Formats: sequence, structure tokens, C-alpha cells
Amino acid sequence: MSPDPRQNGSPHNGLFVNGLCKSYGPVQVLADASFEVRPGEVVALLGENGAGKSTVSNIIAGSTKPDAGSITWRGKPYSPANPAAAIEAGVGMIHQELKLLPDLSVAENVYVGRLPMRGGRIDRATMNAKASAQLKRLGLDVSPERKVRTLRIAAQQQVEIAKALTLNAELLIFDEPTAALGGEETELLFQQIRKLKAEGMSFIYISHRLDEIAQIADRVVVMRDGRIVARHERADIPVRTVVEQMVGRSVERMFPKLSPPGTDTLLEVENLSSPEKSFNNVSFSVKSGEILGIAGLIGAGRTELVRAIAGADPISSGSVRVAGKPIHLSGPAAAIKAGVVLVPEDRKAQGVVLDQTIGENLAFGNFDHVAPKGWVFPKAVQKFAEAGISRLGVKGRPNQAVSKLSGGNQQKVIIAKWVSRPPKVFILDEPTRGIDVGARAAIYDVIADLARSGMAVVVVSSDLEEVLGLAHRVLVLSRGRQRGILERSEASNVAVMELATS
Amino acid sequence: MAVSNDASDLKAGTGAQPATGAKLSALFAGTMGPLIGLVLLCLALTLTTDTFLTVRNILNVLDQITVLGIMAIGMTLVILIGGIDLSVGSVLALASMVMGFVAHPDFLNLGVPAGVVAALLVAGLCGLVSGLLVTVTKLPPFIATLAMMSVARGLANMITDGSQIVGFPDWFTNLSIIRHFGFLSVTVGLMIVLAIVFAIFLNYRATGRSLYAIGGSAEVARLSGIPVKSLTNWVYAICGVLAGLAGIVLAARLDSVQPSSGLGYELDTIAAVVIGGASLSGGVGSIGGTTIGVLIIGVLRNGLNLLGVSPFIQQVVIGVVIALAVATDTWRRRAQ
Repeated sequence: MSPDPRQNGSPHNGLFVNGLCKSYGPVQVLADASFEVRPGEVVALLGENGAGKSTVSNIIAGSTKPDAGSITWRGKPYSPANPAAAIEAGVGMIHQELKLLPDLSVAENVYVGRLPMRGGRIDRATMNAKASAQLKRLGLDVSPERKVRTLRIAAQQQVEIAKALTLNAELLIFDEPTAALGGEETELLFQQIRKLKAEGMSFIYISHRLDEIAQIADRVVVMRDGRIVARHERADIPVRTVVEQMVGRSVERMFPKLSPPGTDTLLEVENLSSPEKSFNNVSFSVKSGEILGIAGLIGAGRTELVRAIAGADPISSGSVRVAGKPIHLSGPAAAIKAGVVLVPEDRKAQGVVLDQTIGENLAFGNFDHVAPKGWVFPKAVQKFAEAGISRLGVKGRPNQAVSKLSGGNQQKVIIAKWVSRPPKVFILDEPTRGIDVGARAAIYDVIADLARSGMAVVVVSSDLEEVLGLAHRVLVLSRGRQRGILERSEASNVAVMELATS
Repeated sequence: MAVSNDASDLKAGTGAQPATGAKLSALFAGTMGPLIGLVLLCLALTLTTDTFLTVRNILNVLDQITVLGIMAIGMTLVILIGGIDLSVGSVLALASMVMGFVAHPDFLNLGVPAGVVAALLVAGLCGLVSGLLVTVTKLPPFIATLAMMSVARGLANMITDGSQIVGFPDWFTNLSIIRHFGFLSVTVGLMIVLAIVFAIFLNYRATGRSLYAIGGSAEVARLSGIPVKSLTNWVYAICGVLAGLAGIVLAARLDSVQPSSGLGYELDTIAAVVIGGASLSGGVGSIGGTTIGVLIIGVLRNGLNLLGVSPFIQQVVIGVVIALAVATDTWRRRAQ
């Protein structure tokens, strides 16, 4: 660990953050945060949700003001009043949720707010040429006149980076840049970061994917509860050490011990294909008590596949049998009735109604149970919710709005919604996306319990470690095709990635 | 049940939660703000006029709000699922013209009951078409019902080539005139019964609760196994039927039907629902709130008339009230 930069003599031309504090009412979200970013280096900022990473970044990027503390940037005091002032000073931020205008062209997005003008009209030729040059610099070959909406997420992110580059950014803050990227796209991003780094640009890199840190970061700063708890001069520190520093206790085991699967085959999928061929001719089966992991890069068709099995999207051919009986995939209602439930990928948009209470959310999937004759009584809902809350260990009360819960607890609410039926097949798509490292272990325990209670469990995850740690077997998809099913004993990082990239 | 935040705060404040209190607060869940507004409004009018707080005047207000009140129930359902129905004013006109055409001696002369049935069928059909445009054709509700607004108005005019139909049997017009038990006309009674039925439906029926899920997030609702499309169709159809019923009530009150009736009613109706605390993005709202919204508009109109304020200024005042009601609601939500 390096000493506190305030005691560290050698001044350089980079960024010094000194004793930043920030409180919202009685809650202190940032306490005496100090670190430095030297020119031409990537500093990884790690921590759980709520550790203060976003607050620090927002202060540096000018969208939040600190209560105390100071920042020095390129040898001068720096306190941006707003994001525009930060950009003016050469500090840009690439947000997790990209801030692009989807119906404008790539070039318009790059130059929005400062469109090149000639004779009172937008000089499109110049704008397109300049934007094109920046995109080429990033190794991106798209027409500057293309609408941003038509680009993949990865390409949209490149547009954001190109925009920052045209603003002459010297320091770029990346907030979870790879959350929506696949392996190849991540690699491309890393190449670009290395190239820009060589040109002297500095980066603050926030990510939940700890395996990336060793690849891209030069130094690591770990935050917890608004404080900086560790500074590492190197990035190739053991993941376990970092996780322990992030959660503030030793992590005994991330993954629960798995019980051996039963003998009954509960889910049989045969030659399943989607109309858009996002997955094609997929066949597998899952036994009672078994956890099947589905791995693959983004766009491999994993989400599409499990959504189809849960009746959420149509199929073009193939069949699904549950406990030996063919099910008609006419919609989610039919699948639920047949015993197939899905915890969807996008928790906030597909899993819970945020503004409504835990009780309401639990009732929504269970009116057949909560309201046997169609009558819903608050008491029955309350009782049902209390049962689900205690079974899953949700930290909340039945009449509390789901929006007030942490991501992990929201996810538990969604699982609780289904668990009482009980379903035969439990599908979870990205069950820990955006959930704190500390809270993930609880979700893993829940998943292992589902299997132990005799359900067939299917887990889709982009986090390879998660798939390997949780699943009895791993099905690997690549570009919609089934590349193989690996037994737990043969499923390694390398074996899965080989199939996933084939 | 949709326990609003302020209602639950209230309970938290009083500690224990008596069963009857819980039921009452459920009925007016999320409507404390509008309710206080209504009470203040009534107080102010009681103090500034000597005619407002008289039995006669209160009964007048009730009579005046029946058409709006019945339409607002349907609009509450539509807004709850995140939709909007701009066609209710036109559907009201079309339904009343159909009733007149079927019932009146100058036309088909099949009697008022047949006219009422025909009117409700046509109105329900209009709503169903709007619903199908939303669920099957995937038109935004605003556009689908804007189209229906124009179509229904055109059809209403086509029936008699734009002229009104006057004169219905006495028993029919008496429905809105004779006050049973000294205070309750059939039309007012109808409005009250409908409000209670739909309040129970929304609070205690699985299907009613499902509408809150659809408005909160249609995708969450769908993945929870709720038949989003068919419920959406039903909601628009019911909104249409209620608009048709409002048209019949209006016919009874006026003893005539005209194709130009109900112009701009859709906006009054939306205003009442929104003043009552519903959110145009869906998932939030209640019949209790809408009832208060309707009463606020009714009392405001009545009071301003009693005070001799010109109808033009009344429009200004109502506009200000809409903005105020929604703004305070937004501030309150943000404060939490």
C-alpha cells in the first residue's frame, strides 16, 4: 500500500484528491477521500455499491459538489461548478448508462452542443469528417451519419469515448464500462485505453469485475462506506484480498457447497430455435436438484433462450417438456402454470414494480394463491409477503416500496415471488448483476437452496466465476449455437472461454 | 392494497392500526392532499357565500357532476394502466345519438331500453377498438384514442346529419329529476353505486390489483403471468361503456341528445383523475382520489357561479387548480 498522497512529496501534473467529504443529510457518503492519478495511468476505483465511488467520480466530473476537501488538477486548484466546467478543464466521464441521443447521428452525438457552423448552417461535411477521424483513431469503422440507435451498445460506448476525445479530455472516468460488453468488446476497449494511456491520458476506472482490474489498471484504490480503505501500487493483487477489503471482513466462501442432483429429469429442451435465430437448435435437460449454468459472450443468445423457455418470447421450432409433459409456450402465464418461472435479466425494468410495495410485488405473480376466488385482502397479501420475506431473508417489510431496497434485496423479492408456488424449473438470468459483492453470496445461497429443495435451476451469467462456482454443469452458447455442455469437473475458465469464443 | 406513503405515515404516527381506520384509509389511499384541498375549498365557499352550504345547492352539485363522475371512473382505469383515452367526449356524443336514434319515435322508435342497450354496445365497441389499436396495432394510446375521438364524433354527426333529437319519455328524464328519499336521483345513485363497485374492484379484486401491476410496469406484469393485452382491451372497452352511460345520463338531464355534446369532456375527465392523485405514467391512482377530483371540479364550478365569476375566469381558475394539484403532488413525492 502506498502512503497517503498528502504525505507523498513528488508533485506531478496529474490529479490530486485531498480529503473530500460529502454528506446527504445525516448520511455521510464520503469521508476524507484522498488519492492521486498520475499522468498516463489507470487507477481502478473499487468498492461495493454505496462505497462512495460514484460520489468521488461525480465530484471530479463536476456533477456533485463536495462539502470539504480540495482537488488539484495539472498543478492548479480544481473545483468544477458543473460538468461543462470539468470538460473545459479536460476531465470527462463515461457513465454506465450512456448519455447519447439515440435518434441523432454518430457525428451529431460527438459534436452535440458545439456543432461546427459555417454561414449560419451546420457544417455537416466538416463534422462528419472530424468525427470519422476520431472513430478511426479508436479503431471503429462506422459511418458518422449512422443513427446511434442502430449501433450495438459497445459501439455506442465508443461514440461516447470519441466525444470525450474531441473535447480534449486528459482524464477520463469510466463507470462500469464493461457491464454491457462481451469479451471481445471488452478487449477492444482495453486496447484503446492502453493506446490513449501511452499518449499520456489518465483514467479512473470503476468496475465490479475484479478479474478485469489486473488486466487494465496500474494501481488500485479500494473504498468502503465512503472511506478509502486501501491503496495498492500494483493491480495484480489477489481477488480475494480486494474482496475482503471491499466488504470489510474475510470472505469465507463465495459459493455454497452444492448437493448432488436428483434423478428425475424436470426440464427437457429439444431443438429449440428462435424466429430471429438468436439461438438455434438448442437441446439440453436439467434434473431435479441440479443447477445448469449457461455461459457465453454478450449476444450469444443466452437471455433469448431462457426467455423463450419461460414463455416470454416466441419460438419458431422445438419443444420444451417439464416433468415429462410438453408445455405450450404461448406466454409467461402458461409457462408459470406449467411450473417454469424466470427471474429476468433487468431487475428494475422486468422484475419488480419499483414504486409499489413488497407485498404488492409478491402478490402480482400469485393471485391464484393469494386470491383464490379473485378477492385480494390486504391481510392475506401481508401474510403471504411476510412468509416470502422470512423465507428469503429479505431486509424489508411488506408495505415498504421496493425502490427503497438494495439491489440484492430486490432480487430476493423477485425470487420470493416465485418460490412459494413451488415451481419445478427456476430460471435466473444474471441474478447478481449490479449487486454488491457482499450481497452476492446470499443470492448464491438462495440459488443453492432452490436446487436442494428439488427444483431444476438454470442460471445465466456473464460472470464466468459465478457460473463455474454455482453450476453442476455448464452449457456454453456462442452466436446462438450450443457449443457444448461441460461437467463441473471439466468446466474451467479456459475450457468455457474456448467454447464461448468458437 | 395500494397503501400510499402518506396513509402509512399516518398509521405509523398513530401507532396502532384499527381495522376500520385501515379500511377508510384504503378507500382514500394517496388522496390526503386532494381531500384537504376539497375541504378547504368547501370551507372557503361556505364563508364567502350564504348559498353554498345548503342542501339544495349540494344536491345541485351532485347532479352536475354525474356525467363527469361516471366518465372519470373509466378514465381512472385507463390512466391506471398507463394509458389515456381522449375519445370519451366523442363516444359520449355517439352513444347518446345512437340512443336517440334507436329510441325516438321520429327514428327507429324501439323504445328507450333498446336505445340504451344499443348505445352501450356501440360505446363499448368504440373502447374495444381503441384497446385493440393499442394492444394489436401497437399505437400509442394518445394516438389511438385521438383517432377514435375523431371517428366517433364524425359518426355521431352522421346519424342525424348534425341535428339534435329532442324529447324522451317522462320516466326517462325523471331518472335525473325525481329525488328519491328526498335527495337521491337515480342518476346520482348510479354514479355512487358505480364508484363503490369500481373502488371495491380496484382494491380487492385480483383483476383490479393487476391493473396497478400493468401501470407500474407492463413487462413485469406480463412476466408475472398477468394477461396484459386482454386486460388492456377490457379497460378501454369499459371506459367506452362508461362514457356511453354518461351520454345516457346527459340525455336524461337535457331531455335531448346532440352530436356536439361532450366537446372537451375528455380534458375535464383527465383533469379530475389527475387532480385526484393519479399519475399519467400509470400505476398510481384510485377511485377515492378520482371522486375527490370530480368533487373539486364540481364544487369549484358551482362556487365560482355562486360568486358570480365569469365562465372565462372559471376556465383560468380550473387550469390553475390542475397545475397546483399536480405540482404539490410532485413536490410531496420528491420530499419523501
